[in-house]
Amino acid sequence: MSLTRSDVENIAHLARLAISEEQLSVYVDSLSKILSFVEQLNAADTAAVEPMAHPLAEQVQRLRPDEVVDRDQHEKYQRNAPSVAAGLYLVPKVIE
Amino acid sequence: MTELHRLTLAELNEGLRARRFSSVELARHFLARIERFNPTLNAFITVTAEQALAAAQKADELIAAGEAQPLAGLPVVHKDIFCTDGVLTTCGSKMLSNFVAPYDATVVERLAQAGVVMLGKTNMDEFAMGSSNENSWYGPVRNPWDTKKVPGGSSGGSAAAVAARLAPAATGTDTGGSIRQPAALTGLSGFKPTYGRVSRYGMIAFASSLDQAGTLTATIRDGAMLLAHMAGFDARDSTSVDTPVPDYLGTLEQPLAGLKVGLLREFFEKGLDEESGKLVREALRLYEKLGAKLIEVSLPNLPLSVPAYYVVAPAECSSNLSRFDGARFGHRCEKPKDLLDMYKRSRGEGFGDEVKRRIMTGTYVLSAGYYDAYYLRAQKVRRLITDDFARAFKQVDVLMGPTSPTPAFDIGAKVDDPVTMYLNDIYTIGANLAGLPACSVPCGQSGGLPVGLQIIGPHFAEAKLLNVAHWYQRETEWHKRIPRGYE
Repeated sequence: MSLTRSDVENIAHLARLAISEEQLSVYVDSLSKILSFVEQLNAADTAAVEPMAHPLAEQVQRLRPDEVVDRDQHEKYQRNAPSVAAGLYLVPKVIE
Repeated sequence: MTELHRLTLAELNEGLRARRFSSVELARHFLARIERFNPTLNAFITVTAEQALAAAQKADELIAAGEAQPLAGLPVVHKDIFCTDGVLTTCGSKMLSNFVAPYDATVVERLAQAGVVMLGKTNMDEFAMGSSNENSWYGPVRNPWDTKKVPGGSSGGSAAAVAARLAPAATGTDTGGSIRQPAALTGLSGFKPTYGRVSRYGMIAFASSLDQAGTLTATIRDGAMLLAHMAGFDARDSTSVDTPVPDYLGTLEQPLAGLKVGLLREFFEKGLDEESGKLVREALRLYEKLGAKLIEVSLPNLPLSVPAYYVVAPAECSSNLSRFDGARFGHRCEKPKDLLDMYKRSRGEGFGDEVKRRIMTGTYVLSAGYYDAYYLRAQKVRRLITDDFARAFKQVDVLMGPTSPTPAFDIGAKVDDPVTMYLNDIYTIGANLAGLPACSVPCGQSGGLPVGLQIIGPHFAEAKLLNVAHWYQRETEWHKRIPRGYE
């Protein structure tokens, strides 16, 4: 599998990653190599195989009652925020 | 008191309780070693000297009062992937280089409740993505056996710290071999429990169906001491398993007569360093002498584990790392002109090359039109590999083989070719895909560098694995070797 520059530009856009022009060609090369490498998977006969999402098949996801168990610590959590005012996270304007 | 760092965690525990030395003396001793050797090794991102001395003081008081917890006063270091309340938690990334965790990971919390004293947070490959510790934003970690060599990764800081005896024990995480491979490359005992055995709460997520926390210690017994407190159900991790934790230390000495050991044929084929292969075969012969029966087994789909992993793990990473958006925590770019610009530049600047590569691989294999060809197919191959293991465990109690295809390699040797780097994990990834417990113990040296024996068991067979690995250390001295200059 060989990717083009525009393929990688599109992937980077979907992944919300700014990639410099010079880095782009490095990623075209390495991502193409990785995709060629994983094509070995085509050698396996998987026609009758159920996909496996989780290593412990017998386990079921637990449900819990929808109750508040944590206390309000938003001030503590917001100490890590790049920009905060009046308890709100500030981001660039979203709607004009 | 210059000999303290040569003692195992178990011996330190005994010494503390017998009041031969205090926890404060222990903490001072190891902190002094960190100060002396860390500039060369770069094993730590943060050293928490002040907190450590305060915690050690408290431990000494509890010991004196006869109220000490089981691990009171023992120094431990945590991989910087575990959140530590009020302490910088970077995950080896520029993205989190300003992140002070607002809570403790369950692993950190439980070990603290058991009385351990945290000395600091160890260096690692960024977001645990790497096999050499060269992907850290804080620079590469050096292997104390030879500082031109990598210590392995991603738990390379934990491995280098314990190997150089800057701490008697460390936590780590293992998504594709990140505890076992660095343990092998630095001559340590590395233990990765069954998926779900140790809580992932507060452990920064890389690939959630594969990630598991464990230990890096000089001896397997030391690992068992920590695991006894780390393991167990935690309601805050939705995949935590609610089964009782057995007495790991209580069964360490059980005799091995009649043990059926599977020799993994696929692990001894091409690509394995000759000397490493020889040492692992010698280890297998020792088990025969101890009464075990060797049975050659084949896992035909195992050679597909690396390609399956490099679809599944990047897919999960691309989803997990979407939380780093520059909005609520972590790095934000200067003067974003709009929301999209903020996302793209914050992430582009905050993540390193390998992390971006994996996010993009994952984005691609999950994208419309490619999902079935890559992601779904990899999940099917994952089942084939898991079924191979299940079949093998109908015949044998444990599987054995090498941990890593070669001993530690030169820093810089594999950085230009990601696929070559990925193949370092060829023997370790299978256990993660199948969620199995596995460990590595030192079984000799090739060219002056440590070699690891890997032992893999069925789900929740931690006690058996520890028992089997411990017997190797009863009979050999490799785990007692300390690299020159650090004795």
